[in-house]
Amino acid sequence: MAPDDKFVIIGAGQAGGRAAETMRTQGFSGKVTIVGEEAYPPYERPALSKRVLTGEDEPDSTYVHKPTYYDEHQIELKLGVSAMTINRSAKSVSLSDGTSLDYTKLMIATGSQLRRLSLPGSDLAGIHYLRGIDDSLMIRAKLSAGAKIVVVGGGYIGLEVAAAARKCNCQVTVIEMMNQLLNRAAAPEIGAIFEAIHRSHGTEILTNTPVTGFEGDGHVQRVLCGDFKPIDADLVIVGIGIVPNVELASAVNLATDNGIVVDEQGRTEDPDIYAAGDVTNHPNVILGRRIRLESWQNAQNQAITAAKAMCGVEETYAQVPWFWSDQYDINLQIVGMPKTWCEVVLRGDIDALTFTAFYIQDGCVVAANAINNSRDIPIARQMIQRKIKIDTVALADPETSLRKLLKSFDA
Amino acid sequence: MADTDASAEWHRVASVGEVEEDEPKPVRIGETLIALYNIQGKFYATADVCPHEFALLSDGYVEGDTVECPLHQARFHIPTGKVLDPPAEDNVATFSVKVEGDDILVGIPKS
Repeated sequence: MAPDDKFVIIGAGQAGGRAAETMRTQGFSGKVTIVGEEAYPPYERPALSKRVLTGEDEPDSTYVHKPTYYDEHQIELKLGVSAMTINRSAKSVSLSDGTSLDYTKLMIATGSQLRRLSLPGSDLAGIHYLRGIDDSLMIRAKLSAGAKIVVVGGGYIGLEVAAAARKCNCQVTVIEMMNQLLNRAAAPEIGAIFEAIHRSHGTEILTNTPVTGFEGDGHVQRVLCGDFKPIDADLVIVGIGIVPNVELASAVNLATDNGIVVDEQGRTEDPDIYAAGDVTNHPNVILGRRIRLESWQNAQNQAITAAKAMCGVEETYAQVPWFWSDQYDINLQIVGMPKTWCEVVLRGDIDALTFTAFYIQDGCVVAANAINNSRDIPIARQMIQRKIKIDTVALADPETSLRKLLKSFDA
Repeated sequence: MADTDASAEWHRVASVGEVEEDEPKPVRIGETLIALYNIQGKFYATADVCPHEFALLSDGYVEGDTVECPLHQARFHIPTGKVLDPPAEDNVATFSVKVEGDDILVGIPKS
């Protein structure tokens, strides 16, 4: 690494911020530039659907680093600017302000974009999506007591928004097209428990219900649900998933497959171009397959590994995927990302909402959901990582120490 | 961190048998929340609240001489409090510990 090397990071999200930090902690003394579309320095998104949305926290609490950090570490932030094209042979990136940046190594950390509805009336005012700080602030300003809020999508974002809106004393309805909440991420028993939690907080939950359009005079007033009764709405918030921002990469023929295809160090097929965070399709040696993650953990840690590789330090990125969600007074933590499981073992006090659900496949723990029980998560992670054949009776018995159960395999 | 009696006020916080290996014990001295650890028979104390966000390290996962925060998986070296893994950026405070008979005492710096 020479002092005149130039590292460019496209994307000023959590991954971009952690990558730049890592380049400096690795001793890289060349130029580091982060290009970001939004006006904010790199920030973490989880709180945007939680404490920022309720007004308990302000947006600057989400910043990866204090705004002064970047100057102090000679990291150039080019904010409010988009990367338009990559020129691989010239090794440069052209920007929306008409300038371009040369690079010796490039990181693409462009994250994801919202999946949007395309239905009759879906362009009416009052239909919102939640991805960035500005979205969170705009929705928060409208969560006034008594407002009729309709949430489309019963996944994590939808349920967190619903919980925040109830906290603001709004009337809340969640519409989910599938037959359970958290359909993509959790077992039916867990989806049912979250449905009960939301109902107990006064949120109306409609499963098996399609959204077919919106009506209103300029501003949304009703959500149409096919043959079902329309639902009155002052505000609609749509949370139906995200898709990776692969356009820059695919435009220059870098392989993409539900994400930019990278190796264990975040390297694309171009040895001078790396990618990290939501945007990558990467191998996970623990799971034995390629995955794309939409997670805080991956945005931080894959970015660190990829930035180290850019600095010549080779590590293998492989962690058991980990996620969390906060709804009302419930903290849900999830480890693992199983495709299938044959049994769910519950451990703890389900009525008191302090328990862990272990997902079992072929005698091994492949995932766990801890509800107000985060201390089980690191042990579950070890069980998943080490593919331990577990005695499910002992696992379900709260008298068994999980730690001792894990340690019994150390011999 | 001085080990001398003169610089600290010592408080009995637990008995030796109450702190199992790999199972940190939460204790408090006045308003100060403290996590007490047993690493191979030797006792250590750190602040219990993660310096990143509010979570108790005594609910965390101990492996060797490190503890992992249950909230965001930041990791700290227990004897020194040094931060090992992000997202925490600051070290966690440590406190002197001594054993007298069956009693574990933690030293709080005199203010």
